[in-house]
Amino acid sequence: MKKQRKAVALISGGLDSMLAAKTIMEQGIHVEGINFFTGFCVEGHTHAIREKDKARPNRNNALWVAEQLGIKLHIVDVIEEYKKVLINPKHGYGAHMNPCLDCKIFMVNKAKQWIVENDFDFIITGEVIGQRPMSQTKSKMPIVAKQSGADDLLLRPMCAKNLPATLPEIEGWVDREKLHDITGRSRKPQFEMAKRMGIDDYSQPAGGCCFLTDKYYSAKLVDLWQSQGSKEYELDDIMLLKVGRHIRPKANFKLIIAREEGEGRFLQGYKKDFISMHCSSHTGPLALIDGTISAEDLYFAASIVARYGQGRNAEQVDINVIDKDGSERTIQVKPLKEEEIHKEWHV
Amino acid sequence: MIKETLNARRLLCPLPVIRTQDKVKQLNVGDQLEVICTDPGVMQDIPAWCRINGHTVLETKSGNYEYIVTLEVGA
Repeated sequence: MKKQRKAVALISGGLDSMLAAKTIMEQGIHVEGINFFTGFCVEGHTHAIREKDKARPNRNNALWVAEQLGIKLHIVDVIEEYKKVLINPKHGYGAHMNPCLDCKIFMVNKAKQWIVENDFDFIITGEVIGQRPMSQTKSKMPIVAKQSGADDLLLRPMCAKNLPATLPEIEGWVDREKLHDITGRSRKPQFEMAKRMGIDDYSQPAGGCCFLTDKYYSAKLVDLWQSQGSKEYELDDIMLLKVGRHIRPKANFKLIIAREEGEGRFLQGYKKDFISMHCSSHTGPLALIDGTISAEDLYFAASIVARYGQGRNAEQVDINVIDKDGSERTIQVKPLKEEEIHKEWHV
Repeated sequence: MIKETLNARRLLCPLPVIRTQDKVKQLNVGDQLEVICTDPGVMQDIPAWCRINGHTVLETKSGNYEYIVTLEVGA
């Protein structure tokens, strides 16, 4: 009896990995999905926090894709292991702090470990030659296969016909003729393929699926590392970079000021970890103080926070300051004027 | 049958799903797990995860900025 072959598909939640998985499923291969959570995934976070994003579908697209395909999805927490990828990427960063090539090698390597542990036969990804400048080029694809250790167990169904045959093709587990030959940045072939496969709803994240490709997020990460004097982070650090207005008026501290109610509620959860403040005489946002702060700095910080509340034009406002141990006091400050908030303070 | 509770407060999706997935691995068929979260995204994500992995959502409820999903472990 012919052995039922099994493949694990790297599912990002986007269209390409969905089509790649579907292509292989149509050849009678048992497919399960795997999704890696690095801490920088765009999925879910900001719309869970910010009121303005509430209109977007409040779903995890990787889970949604798996459900549409009718396959299991294994979500793997790689937060700790991913640190070494981001902090010291062998192949360097892309346009921002995105170590795309190292990231892909890392994820395919994790998938390789997974198929060994779970008795699966090969790995599939939705990669397309020429789609991404750093990791999805014809010259980089063999690097991913080799350095991940996956070698010829890594099959890219979307562009397989433009690449050397892999073991699943050589062994006849899949029919190479039924694989695809897509290249380039155009999305048209994928849209046509989706239509042929009866897929009419899919996620198209405009800014990609990783915060590290975002210019503003990357600037905040660099600021975090510079202020610490080392390239280290914990999960809470990188979560907080996604939330609020970040203002560093002095090298020794930064303010994280909520921009709306949802962010304020999220920042409330960090009041035991940071000194926090908000205006008590007028409506105003919650702010966290990240860093070591002197008594003089505290008044300075309060005058900045006051600028972002309803009392911004008042002569004096009351600012409630809460220490990490919960003790509270109220200080009076004059809000800074708009022109006194230096542009370069904004991280 | 045992009923356990998982505190996933302050975690943002997909972490509550990952913690649920890890906890369910330690349970047996028929056991129940109550997951308490603060990310409203779990109201979609945990039921979706249950559907694709063969578990049953018994109840979802919310209040006071908390979101609670109770599931029964499937085969």
